[in-house]
Amino acid sequence: MSPQTLDKELQPAEPARRSKMLDTLYAAQEQYGYLSEEALRHVADQLSLSLQDTFSTASFYSLYHLKPTGQYVIQVCEGLVCFLGDGAERLVDYLRKKLGIEVGETTSDGKFTLETVQCLAACETSPAMRINDELHDNLTEAKVDTILDQLARG
Amino acid sequence: MEKVLSKNVGIPHVQRIDVYIAQGGYQAARKALLELKPQELIEMVKKSGLQGRGGAGFPTGLKWDFMPKDPDITRYLCINFDEGEPGTFKDRYLVENDPHQVLEGAIIAAYAGGARRAYVYTRGEFSLGIERWEKAIAEAYEHGLLGDDILGTEFSLDVSVHRGAGAYVCGEETALMESVEGKRGEPRLKPPFPTQAGLFGQPTLINNVETLACVPHIVLRGAEWFAQIGTEKSKGPKLFCVSGHVEKPGNYELPMGITLREIIYEHAGGIKGGRKLKAVIPGGTSTPMLTPEHLDVPMAFETLPKVGSMLGTGAVIVMDETTCIVNAVLHMARFYAHESCGKCVPCRIGTHMMLKILEGIEAGEGKDGDIELLLGICENMLGNTFCPLGDAAISPVASSIKHFRDEYEYHIRERKCLV
Repeated sequence: MSPQTLDKELQPAEPARRSKMLDTLYAAQEQYGYLSEEALRHVADQLSLSLQDTFSTASFYSLYHLKPTGQYVIQVCEGLVCFLGDGAERLVDYLRKKLGIEVGETTSDGKFTLETVQCLAACETSPAMRINDELHDNLTEAKVDTILDQLARG
Repeated sequence: MEKVLSKNVGIPHVQRIDVYIAQGGYQAARKALLELKPQELIEMVKKSGLQGRGGAGFPTGLKWDFMPKDPDITRYLCINFDEGEPGTFKDRYLVENDPHQVLEGAIIAAYAGGARRAYVYTRGEFSLGIERWEKAIAEAYEHGLLGDDILGTEFSLDVSVHRGAGAYVCGEETALMESVEGKRGEPRLKPPFPTQAGLFGQPTLINNVETLACVPHIVLRGAEWFAQIGTEKSKGPKLFCVSGHVEKPGNYELPMGITLREIIYEHAGGIKGGRKLKAVIPGGTSTPMLTPEHLDVPMAFETLPKVGSMLGTGAVIVMDETTCIVNAVLHMARFYAHESCGKCVPCRIGTHMMLKILEGIEAGEGKDGDIELLLGICENMLGNTFCPLGDAAISPVASSIKHFRDEYEYHIRERKCLV
C-alpha cells in the first residue's frame, strides 16, 4: 500500500483494469439482456478475473439482474417519503393489478418486470418510479396508464 | 438570504459551459490556479469553516490538509455523488441544474489536494445526473479547464464518471473506493483513512457534491464572507431538502442555523392540509426523529445533538398526525436491512432482526417484550458496526421508541394502529 510515484503510464495496471468492472457488467447486461452465466463469463474473461469473483461483485449491486427480465423494468420507489405521500403502496398495488403480476415477476409477453426499489432521491416529486433508465415522478394512476400504454404499443 | 449555491438555478441552459462562464463561472478556478498556492487554498477553506455536506460534517479544510504534500505521490480525488440517504435530493438538484459549479469546485479541490486524477462516483439510478456530468466534463476539456496544463499552469487533471450500480452503502467513503476499484462495495477498516491510503491504496481526497459547490464561492468571495453566514460552529449556506407532509416540498437554500419551524412553516408552506405536525426527521432517515417541541432548534451541527439528533444531510422529512409511526419506522428498517452490506455481523443480523420484529408489530403479531428487544438490538449495534450504516439503522427505531413508545404499546396490545 505504499504510495507510488506519479507516472501516468505506470498507473497501477491491475486495479485500473478491474475498475472497469461495473461498466463492463452494465455493457454485458445490455448485450445479453441480463447477467446470465454466459454474460458473466464474458466479463470475467475481459477483465482476467474468475467467474466467481465476477458473480460475487455483480450480485452485490441491485441494478444488475442475475435473472431474465422483461423488456421494461419498472422500479417503484418504496422509500419513506413515497410511502408518506400515500403513493408507493397504492402505486405498487395499481401496477400489480394492471400488469397481473407480483413484485419480482415479469408479464407473460415479456414486456414488463415489476420491482420495488429504495429512495430514488425524487422525494419532492413523489411518488416516483424508474422504467429502464428513465425517471418518472409526480405519478398518478392516469399518468402511469399513459406511460405504460405508450411502452406497450412501442 | 441571497442565493449562493442555487443562484444559477433557473437560468436557461446554464448547464452549458458558455452560459455558466457568462454568469461568472470558472473565475474561482482561474483565481485559484493562477493566484493561489494549494496551501493558501487549504488555509482559506479551513478559515471559512466549511464542513462536509454529505452527512458527517467533517471540516473540509482539515481534510484537505491531511493530504500528503509530496509531489511524487500519486493522489486522487473522489467526488461523492452517491446520494442515497432517504429524503435527500440536493446533490441531484445541484448536478442537474448547475453541473459546472460542482466541477469547478472539484478542480479547485484537486489542485489543493494535489490530485491529478478525479473520479465522479454517481448513483447508477441518476441517468440525467450522469448525462450532465459527462457533458460538463467534455466541455471543460474543450475549454482547457481539464486535461494537461490547465489555464497554462503546470496543473493537470483528468476526470471521469464512475457509475455505481445500486448500493446505498457505497456513499460511505471507503465502500465507494472499493466500488470504483470494481469490487463489492464493502467498507474498509479505518485507519488508514482515505487521505493516507484510499483509492488504489493511494492518498485520496473525497468530498460530497454540495461541499464542492461551496468551494468556488469561498475562493471568490473569501473565507470571512462564508464564515459570517450561519452559526458559531456551522458556517455557510445549506440546501435543505424538505419532503413529506408539507405544502411545498423542495430544496430550500438557507443559512445554517435556521430553525426547523422556519423551514417547515415559512418556506415549505406548513403542514399539508393544515394538519398538525407529529414528527420530523431533520437530516435524512439516519438522523433520529424529533417532535413539535423541538421546532425551534437551529439546524446546525452543534445544536441538533443537544436535542438528541444530528444535522446529517439536512433532509427534513415531515410527518403529520395521520402518520403511523410504527409503519413509517418499518419502511426505514426495511431500507437498512436491504442496504446492509453484510460484511459485519451486528449490522447484518441486527437490521434484519429489527425488521422482523417491526413487521410482526405492524401485522398485529407483536408480543410483550418486543420493544425491549428492539432497544436491546439498538444497544448492541451502536458503535459496534464496521461503518456508520449500523448506527444509522438504529436512529429511526430508537428515536421513535423514545418519543412514541405509547404507539408501539398500543400496536402490540390492540393489534392495530393508533391513527
